[in-house]
Amino acid sequence: MRKFLVPSVSCCLLFILTSCLPKPKVEKPIITIWHWMTDRQSTFEELAKRYKEEKGIEVNFEIFFPPGVYSQKVLSAAPAQNLPEIFGILGEKKVLASFVKGGYVLDLASYLEGEWKEKFLSSALLNTKFEEGNIYGVDIGFYGIPIDLMNIQFLYNKDIFKRLGLDPERPPSDFEEFLDIAKRAKRELGVEGFVCGWAETWLIYCLLTNYAFNILGEEKFLSTLKGEVPYTDPDWIKVFSVFSEMREIIPGEILTMSNKEAEQMFSAEKAIFSFNGSWGINVYERMNPELNYGVFLPPKIGEYPVKIWGGAGSSFMINPNSLYKEKAVDFLKWLTTREIQVYLAKNTNNLPSVDLRKEPINPKLDEFLKNKESVTHPDIWPTFEDSRVIEEINRQMQRIIIGRTTPESAGEKIQKVKERVLRE
Amino acid sequence: MNYSIREKVSNFNFVLPALFVFSFFYIIPFIFTFWAAFHSGDFISESKWIAFRNFSEVFLYDKQWWRSLLNAGYITLWALILQNLLAFSLALGVDKSIRLQKVYRTVFFLLPVLSEIIFGSFGKLLFSSTPGVLNNLLKSLGLGGLTREWLSSPHLSLNACAFLHCWKGFGWAFIILLAGLQTIPEELYEAARVDGANSFQILFKVTLPLMIPVIILVVILTILGSMQGFALIWAFTGGGPAGATEVPVMRVYTQLTDAHRGGYACALGIVLGIILVIFSFTFLKISKKLKKV
Repeated sequence: MRKFLVPSVSCCLLFILTSCLPKPKVEKPIITIWHWMTDRQSTFEELAKRYKEEKGIEVNFEIFFPPGVYSQKVLSAAPAQNLPEIFGILGEKKVLASFVKGGYVLDLASYLEGEWKEKFLSSALLNTKFEEGNIYGVDIGFYGIPIDLMNIQFLYNKDIFKRLGLDPERPPSDFEEFLDIAKRAKRELGVEGFVCGWAETWLIYCLLTNYAFNILGEEKFLSTLKGEVPYTDPDWIKVFSVFSEMREIIPGEILTMSNKEAEQMFSAEKAIFSFNGSWGINVYERMNPELNYGVFLPPKIGEYPVKIWGGAGSSFMINPNSLYKEKAVDFLKWLTTREIQVYLAKNTNNLPSVDLRKEPINPKLDEFLKNKESVTHPDIWPTFEDSRVIEEINRQMQRIIIGRTTPESAGEKIQKVKERVLRE
Repeated sequence: MNYSIREKVSNFNFVLPALFVFSFFYIIPFIFTFWAAFHSGDFISESKWIAFRNFSEVFLYDKQWWRSLLNAGYITLWALILQNLLAFSLALGVDKSIRLQKVYRTVFFLLPVLSEIIFGSFGKLLFSSTPGVLNNLLKSLGLGGLTREWLSSPHLSLNACAFLHCWKGFGWAFIILLAGLQTIPEELYEAARVDGANSFQILFKVTLPLMIPVIILVVILTILGSMQGFALIWAFTGGGPAGATEVPVMRVYTQLTDAHRGGYACALGIVLGIILVIFSFTFLKISKKLKKV
């Protein structure tokens, strides 16, 4: 019996031991980077080649897709101490906060001091910065380096504008004009008035908060998140009514449409307006290089300034437990040099995270950048909404869109959830 | 045959590696799921013991969870009736010596082999209203009045999900039922025919009674498979519009990935597991009684 027992138990023990052992130190350092950006992989690989030629250090970009799968990969790798040298974290700021508190992200404050920090555009570092007294209870610091920026705005098809006899250089100035043009496009040309990938419900919440800033103003909006203003407030009902007013101009299946499908529809000139992020520049260029479109802020309804979501598009974090964390910092410094940022912006059509003024890249990028002063993001708000309330908001907005509820009733239901969350 | 303790331990030795792998990849995560269900937090940096609060939220407040269960139940009902009847009829047809028998078998089994994500995306093309294959087909047949915005209505989109699920899933039921039909000895049919039984009588007096164990298996697999459906509907509607096609596994997934509420997602998973176990055992009990009758 011992003949069998000993090898079996030994195999089992060997299996446990080898899986628990730390990675052996390799003589030649290799920087491994995990990311989810399929459209940038070939450019990243080119950069890795270039870095090896210049610095002699191997960089390995590993891609995991779709983003949900990537998130799971990172979430499960962290407690298992299997994170690579550099990785990105998807999701809200509280997820980043958890990683920081768990000791899985390096504080880059000391590295950023001086020249490196000065390079970045003002809004770029805010998403990964934690200030004193932050609600997440994270130590003050900078926990990520943005490699590009993004913002989400309204887009309009200039050629369809021309066909409607409108000035293609003058997008609608207010919400009423926007609705009128969209209805005309639907009626006269048979194209959809507005498309957006609302199956991805965060885009609904994004548009809703844009109008919350515009109708309620920043102070009242943030007071709602703190539980001081109810969602049944008349101003909130006005915000919810945006979705009921848009019912006439949207395609029926907008709630089951992914953002990729909405992008396809807009690039195929089947819709006059869209709500999409600056990442769309690259997507549209690939789908329809002839697409003639412009960018504008969400058309105003209220008296307060309209705010749009934006800031760091993709940020990279460094694993503090990596043997090569210093080399990883060096690589990120290199990645955010002016020369490499120009290369990235030209090849991926994403907004650069460093200031590249006077550098001709792509006029579309400039269009997105012209409204950079209106940028905000949940990551930089001093408080945040509970995920259960956001889920209820998204569901109720969907119900408004399909005509199953009214803005007033939606407000009551959202407030009920909010009160339950506040009681906890 | 009597085995000595020594031999028994020696035999156990052979299954030890498999038992170890099973424990490592199944039992430990299973225990962790229970542990997590009683905690809140993201399990990256913090977790807090909250006793039964996750479960009380499931039962007292999470209406969408119960709606998702009802949605899955509705799809399961479609699958039990439409999918299995279709599978049984086709299996009966192909079981006989007909021309191109092998071709039919292959064709019917092609769909289950396809990826659910691909099938879901195909469903989108089919049911889309801009312009959409189905609506175009209806128009070309002069049935323009029947065209609908299939994916914007909660009721129609759920029916579309059920239809796609059955279409995709009937191949499995078909293969299992066909295998069951082929185990029935030909002599029994011959004897029935000699006794003067017609096709209808043969089906109800010979085939169906002998097929009961296989039918029970198919029914249980259908319930378990349909209640745990996810990928196809995820690719087809993403759970929309307004949660009208959300199913339980999708809810578990979104709570885990979008809301980052790992503990709550585990509690939902446990509740779903318990419901399915109760369902399966009840059905097994009923079917045992049916067999006796």
